[in-house]
Amino acid sequence: MSDLSKVRHEMLPDLPPPENTTGPVGWMRRHLFSSVTNTVLTLFTLYILYILLVPTIDWAFIKADWFGETRDACTSGGACWVFVTTRFSQFLYGFYPEELTWRINLAFILLAVQLVWLMIPKLPFKGIVSVLVLFVYPVVAFYLLYGGSFGLDVVETHKWGGLSLTLVLAVIGIVAALPFGVLLALGRRSEMPIVKSFCVVYIELWRGVPLITVLFMASVMLPLFVPAEVTFDKLLRALIGIVMFQSAYMAEVVRGGLQAIPKGQYEAAQALGLNYWKMMGLIVLPQALKLMIPGIVNTFIALFKDTSLVLIIGLFDLLAIVQAGLTDPKWLGYSVEGYAFVALMFWIFCFGMSKYSQHLERHFHTGHGSR
Amino acid sequence: MSNTRQLDDKVMVEMRGVNKWYGQFHVLKDVNLKVRQGERIVICGPSGSGKSTTIRCINRLEEHQKGDIVVADTVLNNDLKNIETIRREVGMVFQHFNLFPHLTVLENCALAPIWVRKTPRAEAEEIAMKYLRRVRIEEQALKYPGQLSGGQQQRVAIARSLCMNPQVMLFDEPTSALDPEMIKEVLDVMIELAEEGMTMLCVTHEMGFAKTVADRVIFMDKGQIIEENEPEAFFNNPQSERTQAFLSQILNH
Amino acid sequence: MQNANKSPSSRVPEQKTRFWHDPAKRALAFQILLVLVVVGFVGMIVQNTLNNLESRGITTGFDFLSQQAGFGITQTLIEYTESSSYGTTFVVGLLNTILVSVLGIIVATALGFLMGVARLSNNWLVAKVASAFVEVFRNIPLLLQIFFWYFAVLQALPSPRKSIELLDTFYLNVRGFYMPQPVPQEGFGLVWLALVIALIVSYLVIRWNAKRQDETGQRFPAYWTASGLIVGLPLLAFLVSGAPLEWDHPVLKGFNFRGGMTILPELAALWVALSIYTAAFIAEIVRSGIEAVSKGQTEAASALGLSQGKVLRLVVIPQAVRVIIPPLTSQYLNLIKNSSLATAIGYPDLVSVFAGTTLNQTGQAIEVIFMTMLVYLTLSLLVSAFMNWFNSRMALVER
Repeated sequence: MSDLSKVRHEMLPDLPPPENTTGPVGWMRRHLFSSVTNTVLTLFTLYILYILLVPTIDWAFIKADWFGETRDACTSGGACWVFVTTRFSQFLYGFYPEELTWRINLAFILLAVQLVWLMIPKLPFKGIVSVLVLFVYPVVAFYLLYGGSFGLDVVETHKWGGLSLTLVLAVIGIVAALPFGVLLALGRRSEMPIVKSFCVVYIELWRGVPLITVLFMASVMLPLFVPAEVTFDKLLRALIGIVMFQSAYMAEVVRGGLQAIPKGQYEAAQALGLNYWKMMGLIVLPQALKLMIPGIVNTFIALFKDTSLVLIIGLFDLLAIVQAGLTDPKWLGYSVEGYAFVALMFWIFCFGMSKYSQHLERHFHTGHGSR
Repeated sequence: MSNTRQLDDKVMVEMRGVNKWYGQFHVLKDVNLKVRQGERIVICGPSGSGKSTTIRCINRLEEHQKGDIVVADTVLNNDLKNIETIRREVGMVFQHFNLFPHLTVLENCALAPIWVRKTPRAEAEEIAMKYLRRVRIEEQALKYPGQLSGGQQQRVAIARSLCMNPQVMLFDEPTSALDPEMIKEVLDVMIELAEEGMTMLCVTHEMGFAKTVADRVIFMDKGQIIEENEPEAFFNNPQSERTQAFLSQILNH
Repeated sequence: MQNANKSPSSRVPEQKTRFWHDPAKRALAFQILLVLVVVGFVGMIVQNTLNNLESRGITTGFDFLSQQAGFGITQTLIEYTESSSYGTTFVVGLLNTILVSVLGIIVATALGFLMGVARLSNNWLVAKVASAFVEVFRNIPLLLQIFFWYFAVLQALPSPRKSIELLDTFYLNVRGFYMPQPVPQEGFGLVWLALVIALIVSYLVIRWNAKRQDETGQRFPAYWTASGLIVGLPLLAFLVSGAPLEWDHPVLKGFNFRGGMTILPELAALWVALSIYTAAFIAEIVRSGIEAVSKGQTEAASALGLSQGKVLRLVVIPQAVRVIIPPLTSQYLNLIKNSSLATAIGYPDLVSVFAGTTLNQTGQAIEVIFMTMLVYLTLSLLVSAFMNWFNSRMALVER
C-alpha cells in the first residue's frame, strides 16, 4: 500500500452550521447587511418605509372612523370610512331594488360554487360541471339577474351597477369570447388562405386599437349598423364591443395553447383515422384547453381591470358608482377613501387570480398536471 | 498499468478542514485535499455526495463556511481581488458546457483573454485558434455554439478555459450530458491535456479514464472523503465497504 | 382472401371522388361560403348605415375636416385657435397623445428596469419592496390610478394664490406645475454647436477606445470621458459666450400664473399613472428576462475570471435583452393605447379631442372613429414590424 492511500472507516456526524451563518443573526447578515452598499440600501429602504407606512397606517386604521350616517361622524381626523360603509350596498349592487338583491347573491354564489368545484383537483364530475358553467348557468343567471320569467320581476339593466355589474361584464366578456377565440385561433392555423387571412385581419385589427375606441364604436356606431327600428340596450352594446375585442385576445391565448401540443399528437390522431374536427375536439383541444387556463385567467384579470372603462360610456360599474358618490355635495373631499376602497376590491380579485394562475403555471411546468 | 511519476513538490490546491452547509444541511464535512502541480485527480462517488460542490468551492462558485482553501499561493477568502486572481488561474469545464450562445466559438474563446488578461484582439484570436486547433475544431470557429454537437461544444468549452492559460483545470462531470459516441472525443482531449502535465481535478464516472490517467482516485460519500488511493490499488483492492459497494454497482454492468 | 382475385388496379380509374370528399374542393367551397357570408354581412351593415345616416340628415365624407372647429384646447403643441379646422384638432390630439406616450415610456422604462433589477437583489428588504410595488400597481385598474392621481392628489393642491413655492421659481398649485421657460438669446447657438461637437468627439473616443483595445488590449473609461465631454463642453461654451440665456419666469397675475412653462395637472396625472402602471409590468419583464439567462452562463463567465460587472455587461445583458425587447415593445404599445384613457380626466389627447369633442360636434361617427382607429392600428403595425425585424436579427443561431 502506497503512502497515497487513505481510508475513513468512521463516518463523520452531521454538525449544525456555524452560529454566525444561521439563525436570525446569520440570516440578517446574509440578506440585509452582507456589504457596506447593502447596509446603506437596507437602512435607506427602512427609512422610506417608515415615512410612508407609519402615517398611512395611522390614517387608515388608528385615527379612522368606521360607522355612522353622515360625514359628521368623522371626527377623529383620520380616514372617513363612513363614506364607504353607508353606501356599501350601493357599491355592491348599484341601483338594483334592495329587496331583490338576493337574486344577485344567488347568481354569484352559484357561479362561485361551480368555479371552486372546478378549481379543486380532487372533486369528481369535472366534465358535467364545465358543461353546467358554460351552457346551463348563463341561462339561469340571465333569468336571476334580469328576470322576466319564472315569476321573477324584470330589473332593467340601467339599474344594474357596482361590483356586481363589473363582475357581470367581465364574466360574460370572457365566457362569450372563448368560443369565438377558439374558432379564430383554429382559423389562424388553417391552411385555407382566405379563412386564415380573415382571422389574422380580425385578430390584429382588434388587438391594435384601445378598448376605449371599441367602446366608443359600440356605443355610437352600433346603432347605425342595424335597421332603425332595432334598439340596443346600453349594457348590451358595451358587451358586444367587449366580446368582439376580447375574442381577439382569447384567440391568441388559444393559439399559444395549440402550439404547445406536440406534433406527434396530431399525427397519432390522424393515424387513428380521426377527421379534422374529431382530432381537434377529442385529442388536441382537451389537452390544449388545460394548458390555456393560466393564459385565460391572465386575460380575465386584464379584462376585469378594463371593465372600469365602461364609465366613459355611462355605465355604473364599481369605479363609476364610487366616482358618482364622490361628486355628491354631502361627501366632497373623501376621494382618497373612495378610491382606496375600489382599489382594494379590484386588488383582492386580481391578486388572488394572478396567484392562482401562477400556481397553475408551476403545476403544469413541473409536469404534474400535463396528463 | 501504473501512473507513478515524479511530481513537483509545489502544492497547487490545498483544502484544509473545509465544511459547507446548505441551510441546515451539512454538505461538505471536513474535506482535506492537497493537489500538487501536475497531479491528476479523479473524484467519484454517488450523486449528492458533494463531489461537484468540492471542486466548485475551489473557484468560489460555492462559498464554504469553515476551513481554508489555498489555490496557487492565493488564499480564498471574501476578498474579491483574491477570488479574481484564483479564477484567472483555474479553468473550469461544466457538465452542460455553458458556452455563450450569443457569441461565436472564436468569440467565446477570445472573450476572457481580451477582457481579463487585456490581450490585444488579434493576439487573443490567435491564442483562441491555437487551442481550437488543439481540440481539433478550428474549422467551426465562426459558427455559433447552437450549431455544434454536444461533443464539439464540450471541446470548445475546454479550449475556452485553456485560452486563459490556467495552472489548474477543474472538470465537473464533463461527459455526463453527452451521447455515448461523443464521449470518446472529449476524453481524448482530456487525456492529451493530462499528458502535457496539466494539473487536473475531474469529477467523473468514466472509470476507464480514471485508470489510465489519474494519479489518485478519491471516493466521496455523504459529503466526506471516504477513500483515496492510486488507481490500481483503488480499483483492485478497495478498503472501505462503501467504496466496494459503489464500485461493484458501476463496474458490474 | 376472397377479394384477392379482384384486381384492385383495374378498379382505380372507375373510382370517382365525390365532390364533398375532395379536401381541396371542400376547402374551396367553404372559403367561397365564408366570403359570401362576410360580404353579405358587411353589405347589410353598409346599407343600414346609409339608411340611418340619411334619415338623420348626416352627410358622409371627410369634408368636415376643413370646417371651423370653434372650441378651445387646453394644451396645444402647434398653433391652434378656436377658428382652426377640425383637421387641426386631429393633429393637435395626435401630438398630445404622442407627447404623453413618449414621456410615459421614458419614465416607465427607467422605473421598470430599476424595480426589475431590485426584485433580483440579494438584499431581502429591497427585493420585497420592489415585489410589493409590482403586485400593488399591476393589480389595480389604470383608470382608477389616473383618477387617484388627478382627483385625490392633484385636485387637493392649493389654489394659485396659495401655491407651493420652491426656490421662488417653481410653483405648484391646482392648475398645474409652473416653471421658468428658458429663452435662448443671441449667441446661444455656440452652446448647441459645442453639444454637437461633444457628441461627435464622444462617438470618436468610444470607437477609438474599442480600436485601441483590439490592438493593445488596454482600455480606459471612455464612457465616463464621453459623459464628461457632453456635459462639460456645452457648459464651457455657455460660460465663455457670456451665459446667453434668459428665463421667462411665471408670475402670478390675478387668479393665475402667466409666462413660463406649465405641466397641466391632467398631463401630470396621466403621466404618473401610465408610468407607474406600465413600470410594474416592465419590472416583471426585466426580472424574467434576466432570470431566463441560465445560472450556468454566469458561472462559466465568473469561472473565466470576469468581474461581476463584466459578467453582466458581456454575457448576461446581451442574452437578457433578446428576451426582454419583444414583450417590452408590446408594453410600449399598451402604454400608447392606454394613453387614450386621457379622455376620462380631460387631457386633450386624440380620443378626447377628436373622438370626443369633434365627434359630438359634427356627428361624423364613422369617419372619426375610423380615423382614430387607423392611427392606433398604424402604430401597432409599425411596432410589430419592428418586433419581427428585431427577432429575426437577434435570434440565437441554432442547429
